[in-house]
Amino acid sequence: MVDQKIWQKLKRVIELYDEMLSTPHRTEIARELRDEDDLFLLLVYSDMLGIPNPAFYYTLELYPFIIERFHDWHLRMGMEHSPLDGIRCC
Amino acid sequence: MSGIWLALAGFLVFFLGYRFYSKFIAEKIYKLDPAYVTPAHKYKDGVDFVPTNKYVLWGHHFTSIAGAAPILGPAIAVYWGWLPALVWVVLGTVFAAGVHDSGTLFMSVRNKGQSVGTLANKLIGQRAKILFLFIILLLVLMVNAVFAWVIANLFISNPSAVLSVFIQIPLAIWIGYHVYKRSGSMLLPSLIVLIIMYGTAVIASYVEPLQIDLVRYFGGEGATTFIGLNATSAAFFTWIIILMVYVYFASTLPVWKLLQPRDYINSHQLVVGLVILYAGLFITSPEVTAPMTNPAATDTPWFPILFITIACGAISGFHGLVSSGTTSKQLNNERDVRFVGYLGAVGEGLLALIAIIAVVTFFSSTDAFTATYSSFGAASDGGLGVFVQGAAALATGLGIPAAVAPTIIAVIIVSFAATTLDSSVRLMRYIISELGVEYSLPTITKKHVATAIAVISSAALALIPQGPNGFGSGGYLLWPLFGTSNQLLAGISLLLLAIFLRRRGSSMLPALIPMVFLMFMTLYAMFVQVFTDWAPWATNTDWLLFTFGSIIFVFAIWIVFTAFSVISNERKNDKFKDVA
Repeated sequence: MVDQKIWQKLKRVIELYDEMLSTPHRTEIARELRDEDDLFLLLVYSDMLGIPNPAFYYTLELYPFIIERFHDWHLRMGMEHSPLDGIRCC
Repeated sequence: MSGIWLALAGFLVFFLGYRFYSKFIAEKIYKLDPAYVTPAHKYKDGVDFVPTNKYVLWGHHFTSIAGAAPILGPAIAVYWGWLPALVWVVLGTVFAAGVHDSGTLFMSVRNKGQSVGTLANKLIGQRAKILFLFIILLLVLMVNAVFAWVIANLFISNPSAVLSVFIQIPLAIWIGYHVYKRSGSMLLPSLIVLIIMYGTAVIASYVEPLQIDLVRYFGGEGATTFIGLNATSAAFFTWIIILMVYVYFASTLPVWKLLQPRDYINSHQLVVGLVILYAGLFITSPEVTAPMTNPAATDTPWFPILFITIACGAISGFHGLVSSGTTSKQLNNERDVRFVGYLGAVGEGLLALIAIIAVVTFFSSTDAFTATYSSFGAASDGGLGVFVQGAAALATGLGIPAAVAPTIIAVIIVSFAATTLDSSVRLMRYIISELGVEYSLPTITKKHVATAIAVISSAALALIPQGPNGFGSGGYLLWPLFGTSNQLLAGISLLLLAIFLRRRGSSMLPALIPMVFLMFMTLYAMFVQVFTDWAPWATNTDWLLFTFGSIIFVFAIWIVFTAFSVISNERKNDKFKDVA
């Protein structure tokens, strides 16, 4: 019983230590993934932004899944207000 | 006297500082509010703004601020004896660095997680921000040139460490991909890498063909090689060029590919290093052989040069960039400012403390110390080498063979210095780009152009033929300005903190007193150096130092005037408020 308690504590210490060191790395991975996502969103919205997109018909189907991320995306892209008329945003 | 007593004295003051002074600052001056919604919660985005457990954040903050600089400064400053260095490190950490680091963190938390540079713009004006950028630019230029020499020097004096350091690069890239593609944990792979690195160091210490000794390859000391350089100079030249080419690629790669995994491995090394040194100290209990004060140190006065020789380890402006750059965006609760900010500074103080102890206990007698530390120049030249030897002597107390210990210590220091080099070239690139935006020069805002400018200017400085410690040590020409610039940066941050505290209705004295002390010491030291040591009318005129020193001196004077005008304006406003 005592052994198990010590083991649990040791496990927690190792987890904390790992978290201490991996926090900055996780941030960078998240940033990289977000950059990839941003590029993908640009491709999806490209036709509405005036860039011809041959896959527009298919990307249209994705709108319900990505629409909630639209506001954050246009803010990150440096546009204070929505650049698109077709999507209701700020 | 045993070196343990120095460590215990340091621990005691650090403990009292944290227990009482930081509590007073947190409760009575900052008036930390546990109910305040921190930027990590307010702007939570899963990337920059992430609420983080205070222990985790402390570890992350500490590993970000700790590097090779808190070792280098104290290793030189013991030239005046162990007492002045010890007192400055301990009291500087408690009364200046702790307030500075936690204060910049607090200020940033209360300002949407903005950095000190942006806050300077907000609280003082646009010129303050530009000044800030220029000071940081000078700082990173010096760091690049000096650290390139430091690494080359350690490679030449410890050829058995070279292979371990280079093995780390592909393994770190592998870890980066492993985590990115498979979302795996870094703990186990990084421990395996560490074992491989130290295993290689052990084998290379005994197997000569694994020691990459450029001096030997060039025909041994005294042999003449290309462009008329002797073997040692040619080795420095080659290592510095290799390092600069490496750092060009390293600093243009995405952070997660190389820099972060290397940092992760190096964080283990920081822990391993601290444990080895402190455990070695308590097991071997070595005698302090260096004098308490060194009466033979007459060529350079300790007052005020000590205060700019030890910057990191006592107080460093660089910490404010970390506190306000990343840590403030991850603070879970405002109450954690005390734990993360203040104890982060204490962690760095502990590193500087063991650096002092490793050096002052290394020598067999006081005469041996005086012979090595015969002049301030000799201390600057050999300080780091003595630390490596002293730390290795402590490590042997844990049963590490004497042939292996210096190699492992060299691997640890080179790893720190290489990551610092990578980060500081990256930082220099960002600043060059930002200055390009500020002055409408679009060409230099491009990644590769900015990096090329950073790398070429750093290499050019390092390879100036007049380097004081031999070929490749050109960075040391400007090194006397490193501490000054770093302290200036800290002075500006403390000034911002004082203004900020005043506007909140708190006493600004805890920030103002260290700020005045720092500014006085920095200005005094600069005045002595610029106008009596380097000036055209001095015996040993040094135009380079005189020019750069004069620029920084003007910056410093400007800051002092700004401080007075901003604070006196605040007072006037108060009077008007009273009348109204």
